[in-house]
Amino acid sequence: MSTGKSSPGKSSPGQNSLGFVMLCHTALHRAAQVARYWAERGCPVVIHVDRSTPDAKFDILCDQLKDLENIRFSPRHICEWGTWGIVAATQEASELMLKDFPEVRHVCLVSGSCLPLRPIEEFRDYLDARPRTDFIESVTTADVGWTVGGLNAERFTLRFPFSWRKNRWLFDTYVELQRRLKVRRRMPLSLVPHLGSQWWCLTRQTLSAILESPDRASYDTYFRRVWIPDESYFQSLVRLFSTSVESRSLTLSKFDFQGKPHVFYDDHLQLLRRSDCFIARKIWPRANRLYNTFLHPDAASQPRAEPNPGKIDRLFAKAVERRTMGRAGLYMQSRFPNREQANGRTAAAYSVFEGFAELFEDFDTWLSRVSGTRVHGHLFAPEGVEFAGGEVIYNGSLSNSARLRDYNPRSFLTSLIWNTRGERQCFQFSPRDSQKIIPFIAGDPHAQISVVSGAFSVPLFHSNLNFSEIRAEAARLQRIEAEMLTLLRAPDVKARVRVWNLAEFVENPMEPLQMIVDEISPRSLRRLTEVPRLRDLTGFGQFLQNLRNQGMKPELMGDFPAGGEIPGPGNRRPRPYLVK
Amino acid sequence: MTAGAAPRLTYAIGELPAAEDSRQSLIGAWRLRNRRRLLLARALRKRRELTRLTDRTGAIRKGAILCAMVVRNEAARLPWFLAHHRRLGVDHFLVIDNASTDGSEALLRDQPDVSLWSTPGSYRKSRFGLDWLNWVLMRHGNGHWCLVLDADELLVYPWHETRPLPALTAWLDGKGRRSMPAMMLDLYPEDRLGEQPYTPGTDPLNLLQWFDSGNYSLQVQQPLRNLWIQGGPRARAFFADDPRRAPTLNKIPLVKWSWRYAWHNSTHSLLPARLNHVFDETGGEMTSGVLLHTKFLPEIIAKSGEEKERHQHFADPTRFGSYYDGLIAAPQLKTPQSRRYTGWRQLEALGLMSRGGWI
Repeated sequence: MSTGKSSPGKSSPGQNSLGFVMLCHTALHRAAQVARYWAERGCPVVIHVDRSTPDAKFDILCDQLKDLENIRFSPRHICEWGTWGIVAATQEASELMLKDFPEVRHVCLVSGSCLPLRPIEEFRDYLDARPRTDFIESVTTADVGWTVGGLNAERFTLRFPFSWRKNRWLFDTYVELQRRLKVRRRMPLSLVPHLGSQWWCLTRQTLSAILESPDRASYDTYFRRVWIPDESYFQSLVRLFSTSVESRSLTLSKFDFQGKPHVFYDDHLQLLRRSDCFIARKIWPRANRLYNTFLHPDAASQPRAEPNPGKIDRLFAKAVERRTMGRAGLYMQSRFPNREQANGRTAAAYSVFEGFAELFEDFDTWLSRVSGTRVHGHLFAPEGVEFAGGEVIYNGSLSNSARLRDYNPRSFLTSLIWNTRGERQCFQFSPRDSQKIIPFIAGDPHAQISVVSGAFSVPLFHSNLNFSEIRAEAARLQRIEAEMLTLLRAPDVKARVRVWNLAEFVENPMEPLQMIVDEISPRSLRRLTEVPRLRDLTGFGQFLQNLRNQGMKPELMGDFPAGGEIPGPGNRRPRPYLVK
Repeated sequence: MTAGAAPRLTYAIGELPAAEDSRQSLIGAWRLRNRRRLLLARALRKRRELTRLTDRTGAIRKGAILCAMVVRNEAARLPWFLAHHRRLGVDHFLVIDNASTDGSEALLRDQPDVSLWSTPGSYRKSRFGLDWLNWVLMRHGNGHWCLVLDADELLVYPWHETRPLPALTAWLDGKGRRSMPAMMLDLYPEDRLGEQPYTPGTDPLNLLQWFDSGNYSLQVQQPLRNLWIQGGPRARAFFADDPRRAPTLNKIPLVKWSWRYAWHNSTHSLLPARLNHVFDETGGEMTSGVLLHTKFLPEIIAKSGEEKERHQHFADPTRFGSYYDGLIAAPQLKTPQSRRYTGWRQLEALGLMSRGGWI
């Protein structure tokens, strides 16, 4: 293999077998740098500069490269994105390449913002080992998933005389008109439309067959009115003339979900190195570190490997996901899903318990022990937020101030779940608490809500208040809880809701508790050995009867016998999941 | 920081209707257009309050990135502020000095890339400096990407160490975007406020290392459909009794300016309204940055005393007396849950900013 690093014109066997056709329009100093790199290493370069680029800049470029005898400049066309100009420019530059450099066997189409990632000798060796292979991505329209903008097969069946950039309205209207009129173009005989990356590497045989084809005039006429012909002209024709198409591009080029090419910056250095690709685009013109590293005369190569853009593909797929799906449950300055498109109201699953803390002694301690989760008290208590462990400031510096919480309860809850992601959160709720959050929780598939209805009366039963106060409070709480149950029963509720009434729950508390704990920590499927202690309910039936006697109607507690007998766990009754 | 006019309507999380369902009525659009024109007329009128001190705007080249700001007695912060943003790629600073007495003016006059105006006018009566900014930007900002910052704000954005602002703006241009958000992140010291001295020209982040990572309140405000973010240490320490008054933290500091644009409510929102739509509504994430807010340097205590008397901030300054009293009392803002700032990747992982699709 030749080592000719910087001896212009020196030729050795196989040295001139690779030529580059370079299309540029901006950052010409970078294009000049790369062209010089290739030319000095024995690869002829034909440069096309967009006619829209100022002549002064073009002249500077010519001047910069005038010492190199294996560089040519092809006639300049206007290269507007999506139009024929780019293909015309490529054709003429390729013809010039084939005519002026008869030793060239592979012609590689690159842009001015391309950068070689591996030494040119390795690229040449790679192609020398595959002398008859054409590297061009060429896929039938039916199989392409990456076209953006809704135009796929229609690129070939409609006409596109108007500029998409300058006359978007005319472009769209004319497309729509043709659809309405069902206009279809006739395709030249034997042509099967293919699409693919614009950047290819073709053999002299194939390229000259395309350019010298007797039917070229009809092909050109046809493709002149195809949408984005630079992604389909060579890609389609190569199928007619090539004996060996390898349908992939040797140029690493990534597109985002809007079809715009990704730009590589200095911080992509390691990524580009590890890709083992030969050429990458597009490089940010001011990425000095990339240009200095890869164009350095002694740029050493790692052990050679097949080009492997897979690692980069994964990274870019993740970026597209971040842009289009975002992080579920995150609300921030550049992500605020509207009510139709939530993609997860909250970041993780959590559990809400209503009535349990009233019914059991130390319910939260017990629950956190058996389920291994974080169990808070009443997060929405009117006096203040009862974080687990009585914390004043919780994860993410959430404050326990009730006013801060009530100012924006949804932000409070989503922040808490986001801040603690990775650890399941459970909290108590009761009709005493601030109820504004309920519609949000009800619509959240991440919420698991368990309600023992009527349990709010147990603390009242144990309280030392006057009975008239107890009665008023019981009536108030019952009204609030009934409203909440109505919300939780609405047909569009997405939370997982379970409701027992107090009577049926105390009759057999083990089964519901087991079910809830299994759902919270499914990995520790074991029987509950330890039961939280039920508060003393002796005389509770009479208490309810007293409420009735005072004119209130306790409805949510279920049927407690007035005699003070608590139904024991032996005599089971059928258990409806929702209260009547 | 300024408190805005009372919002007419806000949407909480999960309540925002889709954009096409809540499109501006013609009359609403007409009103906003009128408001924008009034603001521009006001800016034209207020230009008479400005005196040019140094004019280096001839050096502004096509595509230059500008930074516009109003300062008052910021001599301590300015050296680091200028250095930080020069490093990011700001080509020219357009500074309006509002009657500084601490040598800020002389400091700015000597900078080779600063064009300086001075005004003795009232900060409050010029809508917290916005009229002056609107004028300076109308005159020099047209067609440029402009950063509009306060002297106590340091911009960071994804990849800012390796990709200077021209890379970011080129990327935004490619996406057809004309504005990028960066919320204010209040940084505070380990100890009580004002305990450690600050040497001008050094990195304020050596002193102010801590921040609140996840206690922010988000809503969307009509009629501009702009975000309204509050929270952070100031909300929990000084506004727990009246959270609605807590400072607004969302900002849109980077805008590809046009002479037709006008700042509306501080740099939190601007007209036309579409420039405020910097957040993705369909679940995705757009690119955003963070303004590291170095308000809590030691001088905050003396400055708070002064501002309390000066009544130049907030629409209704008398109601913020307790806020200043709280600051003067030099509280400790750090909590056991505070995070120590380590860089933009940390802020991104915490969900305070996002790279969006920029990788």
